[in-house]
Amino acid sequence: MSYEDVAAFAQTWGLVYFAILFGLIVLYALWPGNQKQFDEAARIPLEDGPLDDEEGK
Amino acid sequence: MSNSTARKGMGLDVLTLGVFLSILALVSLFLTAKTHDPLMKVHAVILLGAFVLGIAALFMRAASGLSFDQSKYEEGIIKAGIVATTFWGIVGFLVGVIIASQLAFPNLLYFENIGWLNFGRLRPVHTSAVIFAFGGNALMVTSFYVVQRTNHARLAGGVWPWFVFWGYQLFIVLAATGYVSGVTQSKEYAEPEWYIDLWLTIVWVSYLLVFLGTLWKRKIKHIYVANWFYLSFIVTVAMLHIINNISIPIGLTEHKSYSLFSGVQDAMTQWWYGHNAVGFFLTAGFLGIMYYFVPKRAERPVYSYRLSIVHFWSLIFIYIWAGPHHLHYTALPMWAQTLGMTFSIILWMPSWGGMINGLMTLSGAWDKLRTDPVMRMLVVSVAFYGMSTFEGPVMSIRAVNSLSHYTDWTIGHVHSGALGWVAYVSFGALYCMVPWVWKRARLYSNDLVEWHFWISTIGIVFYITSRWVSGIKQGLMWRA
Repeated sequence: MSYEDVAAFAQTWGLVYFAILFGLIVLYALWPGNQKQFDEAARIPLEDGPLDDEEGK
Repeated sequence: MSNSTARKGMGLDVLTLGVFLSILALVSLFLTAKTHDPLMKVHAVILLGAFVLGIAALFMRAASGLSFDQSKYEEGIIKAGIVATTFWGIVGFLVGVIIASQLAFPNLLYFENIGWLNFGRLRPVHTSAVIFAFGGNALMVTSFYVVQRTNHARLAGGVWPWFVFWGYQLFIVLAATGYVSGVTQSKEYAEPEWYIDLWLTIVWVSYLLVFLGTLWKRKIKHIYVANWFYLSFIVTVAMLHIINNISIPIGLTEHKSYSLFSGVQDAMTQWWYGHNAVGFFLTAGFLGIMYYFVPKRAERPVYSYRLSIVHFWSLIFIYIWAGPHHLHYTALPMWAQTLGMTFSIILWMPSWGGMINGLMTLSGAWDKLRTDPVMRMLVVSVAFYGMSTFEGPVMSIRAVNSLSHYTDWTIGHVHSGALGWVAYVSFGALYCMVPWVWKRARLYSNDLVEWHFWISTIGIVFYITSRWVSGIKQGLMWRA
């Protein structure tokens, strides 16, 4: 495989792959059903008590 | 389960580390005996001493019968990390003042007969001390703090996190002593020679495994976004470090090596590394700090968790292409320069998205800026993040770069990023963590934090504005 082949592949299919992948990520981030999960996730730093508190639960 | 799960005697972690350190001690003993290279000899002796000390520490630990209390967070390493960060911060800033004085008073501070005291040797000591020693320790200690707290899991690996900590300090000592004595491969921000690079690779992979192991043990299902930033920082830095440092030593007992790449390929690899050191070391890692400490200190959740996800992935997708903007008007093909420039400008979006996310986290709590100097430090750091990530893309535009490159403007830009953003967010995190891990109600003195804040803010503003003036003047004089 020559340099030109690799470059051509990267500039076409590589671009398509990255674009689709990124589109899917944005979709995941904006999907309305994920709102609740993200709201909970955003509170993780605020609810990080000592480790042994967690043990009793 | 219960609090009495602590193991007695020698665990697997102590055993593996003991065997590993013994092998390394033998290798460094061999190096010490065989090498005729005086610089290599000094480093081999340092390595040997460090490994022997490490083995002794392990023995003492095993003999004491103490083991880690699995029902508590590992906080000893957090304390050690805070001390190390502060120590290296002082060293790095001090060397910065010294080399700046050398530039300002060359007649007074140029020592013809003491090579290791001169600017060329001390400059990498400054850059590496502030970025890798101060910044690296800040990242390591905060990542160890955040990954435990946000996943409700004790740090994985038993004694191995301590290997990572001390191994990293050893790397810093080897790098710095190397620079002043002439052990350098002359790659910016990647000056250490091949054997020091190998050592860092071992330490870094151990760091990755400790981090992943802790994530693996987590009790919270969702991995909080700060951990994504830390993980991307660890993984990408490993990749960048290994590829940029592929080189062939002139002998196994010689300190000198030659890069596998040559010419423009070498330059491109170097600045692919160099700019992503900015992107993933100085940005992604410190954003991990921002996404934990800003919400924590403001006592409110991050403004938009969705935005943080988009921020993360767009940063990852885009940063990696920006390196060629360091090589405008060089032998690098024009298309590659344009690619680097274009991606640098696209970076405005994730950078400002992230800045807005950090700042807006304070909405409804802006009064904290007036009352809490630590919060103010964190917020000013995010503002500097926005400022320097605006300036950077502007400077990456080829026409602007023709004015700014090789001038003081670049130095000013680096400092608004590394001092305004990186150091401030680290100061903020340190001021948060100290009372938390030492279980104190408050810092020793809030007034001192106020002094710290105002002295350094005024200092940075003077620094940056004076670099703009002198940089643009220099640029115009190049053209004249």
